[in-house]
Amino acid sequence: MEILVNGEPRIVGDGATVRSLLRELSLPESRVAVERNRSLVRKAEFENAALAEGDRIEIVTFVGGG
Amino acid sequence: MDTPLSIGGKTFRSRLLVGTGKYPDYPTMVRALEASGAEIVTVAVRRVNLDRSKESLLDHVDLKRYTLLPNTAACYTADDAIRTCLLAREAGMSNFVKLEVIGDEKTLFPDTEALLAAAKVLVKEGFIVLPYTNDDPIMAKKLEDAGCAAVMPLAAPIGSGLGIRNPYNLKILLDAVKVPVIVDAGVGTASDAAVAMELGCDGVLMNTGIAGAKDPVTMAEAMREAVSAGRKAFRAGRIPRKLFATASSPLDGTFF
Repeated sequence: MEILVNGEPRIVGDGATVRSLLRELSLPESRVAVERNRSLVRKAEFENAALAEGDRIEIVTFVGGG
Repeated sequence: MDTPLSIGGKTFRSRLLVGTGKYPDYPTMVRALEASGAEIVTVAVRRVNLDRSKESLLDHVDLKRYTLLPNTAACYTADDAIRTCLLAREAGMSNFVKLEVIGDEKTLFPDTEALLAAAKVLVKEGFIVLPYTNDDPIMAKKLEDAGCAAVMPLAAPIGSGLGIRNPYNLKILLDAVKVPVIVDAGVGTASDAAVAMELGCDGVLMNTGIAGAKDPVTMAEAMREAVSAGRKAFRAGRIPRKLFATASSPLDGTFF
């Protein structure tokens, strides 16, 4: 199925979850936060947060700022 | 002995808060943060690089040493600012946020109506809210009443380096609220930071003033000293300003 990750289209397998997506992207869970369709996904929910066709996923982290 | 700066139940010895943006490179930033003596550092929340081609800020900021203060820079609506705070808390596991709702691209002045609305929601959600606001005492009081842990009035536009443009408003603002007042934005050089502290502000937050200096590390040290000197001068109680002279040497005992 196709989803949008940080605005870019991406194909993920059936049964994909937020956790499997982060693993695929080699992103450490401790340093990121995730939104699905503009709603926060808590870290405790990563494992069971199943992705669905057309989901808009935002993965953010901290960068330099004032 | 000075009392520590107390915000949201946490105490800090340093009254200088610094940003982590705009440094020429990470090693310079690390050394500048050290030289500043700051314990609170601001960060922005942005999309991760999916290709992992760039280094991560968090590889360079010692989280045991610094309290992260995520900002909501570039948010123009209360909704975007709230989303950003929720993400920041989840990424950082701390509930401190520097709340900004920007009203205009050219000045980066705050949209205080949206700021207050966002602050009310975030306080209810359990955040320690430090709002970037203008130097309006009425709005500062409203933010305090909404439950903000501090108020952070600008001294001049963000990144402008124009210094303390309206010391009188800051004085009135200081009288209007009980929560800590931290000057946020506009400080260009050490004397600006000293003036803010001499007025009685509880702290100063800056980024460009340090990161944009020719030698950020030395400027960070200068800012640390200025904040400390300004604070001491405030606590010591300055002499009143007078138009005419008062002799420093005795008038008695002259032999001429």
